[in-house]
Amino acid sequence: MSDLDQLEKDLSDRIAAAETEAALDDVRVHALGKKGVVSERMKTLGRMSPEERQEMGPALNGLKGRIGEAIAARKAMLEEAALEARLASEKVDITLPVRPEAKGKIHPVTQVFEEMAAIFADMGFEIREGPEIEDDFHNFTALNFPPDHPARETHDTFFFNEKEDGSRKLLRTHTSPVQIRTMMTEKPPLRIIVPGRVYRCDSDQTHTPMFHQVEGLVIDRETHMGHLKGTLEAFIKAFFEIDEVTTRLRPHHFPFTEPSAEMDVGYERVGGELRIGQGEKWMEILGCGMVHPNVLRACGLDPDEYQGFAFGMGVDRLAMLKYGIPDLRDMFASDARWLEHYGFDPLDQPNTATGLSR
Amino acid sequence: MKFTLSWLKKHLDTDATLEEIVEAMVRVGLEVEEVDDPAARLKDFTIGHVIDARPHPDADKLRVCRVATKDGEQQIVCGAPNARTGIKVAYAPVGAYVPGIDATLGKAKIRGVESNGMMCSARELEMGDDHDGIIEAPESAEIGQPVAEVMGVNDPVIDFEVTPNRPDTNGVAGVARDLAAAGLGTLITKPYGEPQGDGYDSPVSVELDFAPGTENACPVFAGVYVRGVKNGQSPKWLRDQLRAIGLRPINALADITNYVSYDRARPLHVYDAAKIRPVIRARLGKEGETLEALDGKTYKIDATMTVIADDTRVLGLGGIMGGEYSGVEADTTDVFIESAYFDPVRTARTGRKTGIVSDARYRNERGIDPASCVAGLAQAVEMVRELCGGAVSNVVLAGAVPDVSKTVAFPPAEVKRLTGIDLDAAEMERILTALGFGVAPGDAWSVSVPSFRPDIEGKADLVEEIARIVGLDQVPSTPLPRLAVVEAPKYSRAQDRVRLAKRALASRGYLESITWSFCDAPEAALFSGRQSNPDLVLANPISSDLGHMRPSILPNLISALRRNADRGRDDLALFEVGPVYAGDGPTDQATLATGVRLSSPVRHWQGAQRADVFTAKADAIAALEAAGAPVANLMVMANAPDWYHPGRSGVLSLGPKNVLAEFGEIHPRVLKAMDIDGPVYGFEVRLDNIPLPKGKGGKTKPALDASSLQAVSRDFAFIVPTAMPAEDLMKAVRGADKKLIAAASLFDVYEGPGVGEGEKSLAIEVTLQPRDRTLTDEEIDAVAARIIAQAEKAGATLRG
Repeated sequence: MSDLDQLEKDLSDRIAAAETEAALDDVRVHALGKKGVVSERMKTLGRMSPEERQEMGPALNGLKGRIGEAIAARKAMLEEAALEARLASEKVDITLPVRPEAKGKIHPVTQVFEEMAAIFADMGFEIREGPEIEDDFHNFTALNFPPDHPARETHDTFFFNEKEDGSRKLLRTHTSPVQIRTMMTEKPPLRIIVPGRVYRCDSDQTHTPMFHQVEGLVIDRETHMGHLKGTLEAFIKAFFEIDEVTTRLRPHHFPFTEPSAEMDVGYERVGGELRIGQGEKWMEILGCGMVHPNVLRACGLDPDEYQGFAFGMGVDRLAMLKYGIPDLRDMFASDARWLEHYGFDPLDQPNTATGLSR
Repeated sequence: MKFTLSWLKKHLDTDATLEEIVEAMVRVGLEVEEVDDPAARLKDFTIGHVIDARPHPDADKLRVCRVATKDGEQQIVCGAPNARTGIKVAYAPVGAYVPGIDATLGKAKIRGVESNGMMCSARELEMGDDHDGIIEAPESAEIGQPVAEVMGVNDPVIDFEVTPNRPDTNGVAGVARDLAAAGLGTLITKPYGEPQGDGYDSPVSVELDFAPGTENACPVFAGVYVRGVKNGQSPKWLRDQLRAIGLRPINALADITNYVSYDRARPLHVYDAAKIRPVIRARLGKEGETLEALDGKTYKIDATMTVIADDTRVLGLGGIMGGEYSGVEADTTDVFIESAYFDPVRTARTGRKTGIVSDARYRNERGIDPASCVAGLAQAVEMVRELCGGAVSNVVLAGAVPDVSKTVAFPPAEVKRLTGIDLDAAEMERILTALGFGVAPGDAWSVSVPSFRPDIEGKADLVEEIARIVGLDQVPSTPLPRLAVVEAPKYSRAQDRVRLAKRALASRGYLESITWSFCDAPEAALFSGRQSNPDLVLANPISSDLGHMRPSILPNLISALRRNADRGRDDLALFEVGPVYAGDGPTDQATLATGVRLSSPVRHWQGAQRADVFTAKADAIAALEAAGAPVANLMVMANAPDWYHPGRSGVLSLGPKNVLAEFGEIHPRVLKAMDIDGPVYGFEVRLDNIPLPKGKGGKTKPALDASSLQAVSRDFAFIVPTAMPAEDLMKAVRGADKKLIAAASLFDVYEGPGVGEGEKSLAIEVTLQPRDRTLTDEEIDAVAARIIAQAEKAGATLRG
């Protein structure tokens, strides 16, 4: 074995024996450093004869290259091993629980109102709102409730205290005053819905002193009761998200519409569940009618020129029917368990493109 | 109102079934609420025959009976004193539901003896009050025959809602008229006759005594005197009819007035003639007068009420209730029967003032048929003669029957215009005529309105009459024409803020609540600056703690937090977007997005995150941003209202005036008053104050300003007085070079050793964004010097 071969073997053994990157660097310095054994040998090339140089040059360069490669390879191997060791030590218990995040919910009344708005928006209805503390004119007189007529008493009105001039304000008993406010300030044609809080002095299992209505109003020169029927049938079908719904219009009385009607929807009970749509039984679902000529006149519109329909429905009640919510009073109790159970994800934004609900 | 099928058939000749009648009533707008068909309800109860009744071996009062029934011979143990051999009884088999005891029968052993079924009393079958013994059916009854049939309680009772516009349907005759018009049969109501008298003058005379201008309180007052009546129990058919519709039979004369009231919607009143002076007057009451009414209560009379009085006392409240003093008794012999017309409005007011609820008030305030004034007397007189005998005087009458006749010009085309229904003119005429209207032809028909229909004013009312009789199923379902191929947005920007704020808050873990618009008055005071607003106090609240319109949503939400905490839920965030009220005017209502947090997070291995005032601040800013507020321009000030902790609360505003939100820790004193353990963090965002974007503008976004040059960041630490708001320093720093400084963020706040007493250290990282070329060290140093100079001007010193 030549001298060079011996050197190469010695260095190779040292490289293989280096267990750490530091030890390997020591080997590199020993071999290839400025005063390393290979470098020292390279310096001797200058003193050699051309013939010797011709032989030893390539041999030494070859040695230098191979040792360099061996060190690089060993280095890569040591780095890989160190990473493996680090990764092995970095293991976590991924079954540990994440930090809990509170999940917010949207109240069913909000959700159902937005569902209704989506449907009626598609039919061209704009949204109007109005004050809840009202006066007698907007809540009753303009809506054709004669003073002292018993029809007023059916409304269980909340009153405020009488003022010095004898007038007294009240809490609106329905959203219909907004019909009046709209007709008095805007010119037909009108297509509006009016959502909002309404108040009746009544509190028992099925009544709360505050609840929500959506009112609808269409005024133009040709809308008749057939349009009312068509609109409501389309609404009921879209709202309950079922293909077949049986409905009927049944004559009724409201002072502010003539003719007046209530709409019933067919239903059945299957087990404990109430199913809207089909069935032997009828459930009243909303009140409606053609706007009374006296109401049009009170708003400065000529009933021989303008006509149209109005309807009103309980948002809370429709929410209960659609989503199987058993008790009206729970709607306003703010029980977190109830809100979480019956509430809606804020990402569920009702619209007619993705559907009202999932 | 309730009526029986047999009563209806006195007015309507029909072979329609009960179901068909009910269906037709609903179709024409008489909303049936309940149908009670005793034959169906009592179908399980059949006639049995007691073969023998022996004493119970172990009980003195019980008998063991062998009873022949439709189910064969049954052994039944019975405790009734009249259970004896040979009688026909009402047999209830095992499995039958017995309404009077609200129980379903099972096989039983009574004191050791087996008993299969039951023999029922009248009360147990809800056929009467009798509970002294079991029902004894006539001997002619056959085993297995329905008890309801044998005992004559097979008359179905229909209960329906009388809408305020249809006073005529407060009488069975009115219901029959609607049904006849709807094709259910022929109207056979006997026309009103004239009262048949015995040709003597009434010893009692009547007068109207009203000051000018108040005559309409009672325009007509009529009556007859009946001498020598034999009052007492009325016949069974009459008692049965009244009982079936929920009235208590009293005596024949009282029962007759009730019958007429329900038959023709004509209230009457009967006085004991021995108790009244010869002249009775209808007049307005006088202050100080009182009436002890038939309900046993004493009422104060005032000058707005119509009373009937003689020279000595008030005898009754006109059209509402008679007095106890002059009421008829079983032994009354001479009576005076009153029939009048009282102003519905005055009657309604008096009714509300006194709180009296009576059939007379109900009918008078809805409007009775003025034409029935004398005719109603005729019907009563006929019944009195038949049931009580006696001699009837000539009619006495004061005033005149008010003329309510009116005609309505009715173009038949109105039906199509308002309902879309295509209907034959002849059919329209038939319907109107059947309902009692007179029709005179012409381009516009001249339709005369019957006196019993005060609700009919104009042509729309006639359209309704025709439409409800032909049926609303004839209304052609028609879609509304579309106004646009694709509809424009229907929420206004202002309305949409509500939706966006709600969804933003729910996304941050808040549950949406809806609470009452009312609150407790003391709570209102806590959140409105000590004093509640008298304009916002309800006169008739549902309860005292719901007596005030809320000035803030906070009290209701904090109460909700407390209720949930009482159930063990003490880590909770609730919000509500809704109205608050500053006054009772139409513009005093504002829409606020309000949230509260009670933070008691469960422990977590990574450490639980507890909310603080900055959580509330972040929530408020998130709601504002979602609702479109320019949050980068918000000013923060520490002058929140006094229901917040004075040191841990703030106000977010645009400029110094336009407050968009308040936030903070709720004042501990407020929490104590509301009995909740805090801390509670809350905010109120005033959605209405957020400026709306001006005009529509284009949808194009401005070009992206992203420099390719490397940004440079430098840290600074400043010493400032503890009381100095960090925002003041930040503003100064940002202002040092508005062009170069892209961002400045506060990353440390320190007080303690190394920093002087009354001072704090604020550390800020400033990011410089070169615009056109890389910054030189000199340029960076120059900006740093300007930053330090600005900070010093604001009262800070660079920390050494």
